[in-house]
Amino acid sequence: MPEPTSQKIPVTVLTGYLGAGKTTLLNRILSENHGKKYAVIVNEFGEIGIDNDLIIGADEEIFEMNNGCVCCTVRGDLVRILEGLMRRKGRFDAIIVETTGLADPAPVAQTFFVDEDVQKNARLDAVVTVADAKWLSDRLKDAPEAKNQIAFADVIVLNKTDLVSKPELTEVEGRIRAINPYAKLHRAERCQVALSDVLERGAFDLNRILEIEPEFLEAGDDHDHHDHDHGHHHDHDHDHHHDHDHGLKHYHDEYMQSLSLRSSKPLDAAKFMPWLQDLIATEGQKILRSKGILAFSGDDDRYVFQGVHMMLEGDHQRKWKDGEPRESRLVFIGHELPEQTIRDGFENCITS
Amino acid sequence: MIRFDREKNAKSIPSVAGRVRPLAVDMPVIAVHFVGDHAAFVGVEENVALVNEADEVSKVAVQSGGILCAVSDGERLVMGGDDGKLVALDKKGEVTLLATDPKRRWIDNVALHSDGAVAWSAGKTAFFRSRNAEDKSFDVPSTVGGLAFAPKGLRLAIAHYNGVTLWFPNMAADAEFLEWAGSHLDVVFSPDNKFLVTAMHEPALHGWRLADNRHMRMVGLPGRVRSMSWSASGKGLATSGADTIIVWPFASKDGPMGKEPAMLAPLPTKVARVACNPKQDILAAAYDGGTILLVRLSDGAEILVKSATAEVSALAWNASGTQLAFATEDGAAGMVKI
Repeated sequence: MPEPTSQKIPVTVLTGYLGAGKTTLLNRILSENHGKKYAVIVNEFGEIGIDNDLIIGADEEIFEMNNGCVCCTVRGDLVRILEGLMRRKGRFDAIIVETTGLADPAPVAQTFFVDEDVQKNARLDAVVTVADAKWLSDRLKDAPEAKNQIAFADVIVLNKTDLVSKPELTEVEGRIRAINPYAKLHRAERCQVALSDVLERGAFDLNRILEIEPEFLEAGDDHDHHDHDHGHHHDHDHDHHHDHDHGLKHYHDEYMQSLSLRSSKPLDAAKFMPWLQDLIATEGQKILRSKGILAFSGDDDRYVFQGVHMMLEGDHQRKWKDGEPRESRLVFIGHELPEQTIRDGFENCITS
Repeated sequence: MIRFDREKNAKSIPSVAGRVRPLAVDMPVIAVHFVGDHAAFVGVEENVALVNEADEVSKVAVQSGGILCAVSDGERLVMGGDDGKLVALDKKGEVTLLATDPKRRWIDNVALHSDGAVAWSAGKTAFFRSRNAEDKSFDVPSTVGGLAFAPKGLRLAIAHYNGVTLWFPNMAADAEFLEWAGSHLDVVFSPDNKFLVTAMHEPALHGWRLADNRHMRMVGLPGRVRSMSWSASGKGLATSGADTIIVWPFASKDGPMGKEPAMLAPLPTKVARVACNPKQDILAAAYDGGTILLVRLSDGAEILVKSATAEVSALAWNASGTQLAFATEDGAAGMVKI
C-alpha cells in the first residue's frame, strides 16, 4: 500500500508566466479567513502585501543530481529551506512555493521524489498554474516556459477571464486542452477561485490517482461568469478568429501533447514493468508527467504509478472491487512523444 | 554495503541508560554545545536552555525566529537565525547581536576560528569578521552549504554547488576552488589540516588531499550523511548515513583511499548522528528511532545510553569527554556522566 501521507506537510507549487497573477492568488490565499497558516517560499520579496512572518526568499538554485540522469534536476534552495522549516513544524499547516514566471516546475517536483529528508516530512500536493486568459495563447506560441507550465499543471487557474470575449476564452481553453486535458481548469477574474480548488488537491497522492479522465467538463464555478457576461464581447472577435470556433475547440499542439492508453485486458507485469522503466529511461526527458492505474494478470490489486520525467513511484493501491472493470489506463504528457512506439510497446504488454 | 544479521542485535548489551539524568529543557532542540560550565541546548526557535552543573535549567532568549545553525568554541555559542541575525551567547549568559543581514536573509551557516574570528553565510555570500578588523565578504556561485575554518592559518572553506572555495580572508590572493560536480553541504577539515571532506546532497562524501588536491570519493552509503565527527586521535572520520557507524581511516597520507572503512555497531535502523569523544577513542551514535549507543572505536564494543523512543536531534560531549548530552525531537533532553 502507498504510505499514508496525512502526517506530511502539503506543498503547493504555484507557477505561471510573468504577469499571469501568481502574486494575486498568493495574496488571496494568505488573506482569506481560513484559519490556516502558510509558509510561503517566494522569489520576489516585497510583492506580497500580507504580513506573514513565514515568507522566505528563495533563489531557485537548480542542480543536477550526480546519478547520470541528465534531466534529474532538483531545487537545492528548496531542500535547504524545507529542512529549516520542518524543524518548526506546528508553526504552519502548509507550504506554498511560488516559482518565477520563467521557471520549469520539474525541478521543484523532482525535489520531492529525490530527497529523502524532504520526502519524510513534506509531500507535493499539486502544481497550480495561473494563466492569463488574454495573453496565454500568444505565450504558448512564443514562450516554451508557458507551455511547460500548462503541461505540468494539476490545476490551471485561467485568470483575467473578464478581459476576454467568450470566443477568445473558448480559444484559449482549446489551446490549454490540446496540451493538457487532465488538469482541473478553473476560470477566474482576479484569481477569485475557491481555495479548495487550488489547495489540498492530493494530485501527487498515489491513493488518489482515481480520475485520470480528461477534464473537458469544467467545475461549476465558470457558469456564473457566463451568466454575467456582457453581450457585446462577441462583436469584437470576428477579425482575429477563424471559422472553426463553434463549440469546443480542438487544437493539436505541434510540440506538447498528451497520450492516453487503455486496455480492458490485463497487462503482463513481467513485460510492462521493464517496458515502462525503459520508456522512462529513454524518453524521460520528453515525458513531463505520467500516471497510471494498472490491472495485472494474476494480481487482485490495482497498481498505481506516477512520474515526473525519469522519476517514477508506484505501488499496489488496493484490491479491485467486485464489479469494478479491471481496466488499465495510462497517461503521458510531454513533448514530441513517439506516439506509435509507445502505443506498440504498450500493446506488447497486454496479456494475450 | 555488508548486510548484517538483525538477530545479532537482539543480544543484550551493557547499559548506562539508568544513569541518564533527564533535563527539563522542554523544547525541541537543534544542537547542544558545552559553553563554559553550562550545557547549552539550542532550541528550534528563539531560546537556548542553559543547564548548569546542578542540572538546573534556565532559558535565554537569543533570536526572534527559528535558529538555523549554532557553533561553539567552548567560550561562546554563536547562532544564526531565520530572522537574519547572528548572535553570540557567552559563558555568563550574555547575548550579543553580532550582525544583521540587511535583507533579512536566513543565516544558514556559522563557523568559529580558534583565534576568535567568526564566519557566517546568507545565501551565496560568506562573511568573515576577525576580532578587530572590518567585516569582509566573499560571494560564491551558489548558496553556501557549509563553512569550516582550517585548523591552521586563516583559511575558510566554503562549500557550495559544484565544489568548495578556499578563501583566505586576510590575503589579497585569489580564493582557491576545489571542483567536484554536485551539491556540497557540510564541510570539515581533518585536524591535521591535510584533508578536506564534504558531505554531499547525494549519499556520498567527497574529499580532497590538500597537498595536491587529489580527489577522494567516498561512496556506497545507503543514505545522505548528516553528521560527521573526527575521532579524538584525528585518524578517523565517523559518519552517519548507513545502518552501521562508518569510520573512514585518515591515518595515512592517502586518507581513506584504497582502504576499507570500519563499520561499527550495526542496528536495523540507520545512524542519524555521531559524536566522537574528544579525549578517548570512543564515540556516541544516535540511530533513527532514537537509540543512542556508546561505541569503542578499537573493537566496536557497545554500551546502551538510550533506547529507541523519540528521534535524537542533538548529541555532544563536553570538552573533557566526561559528559554526554542529547536532546530529542519531542523536547526531551538528558545528560550522562561517562
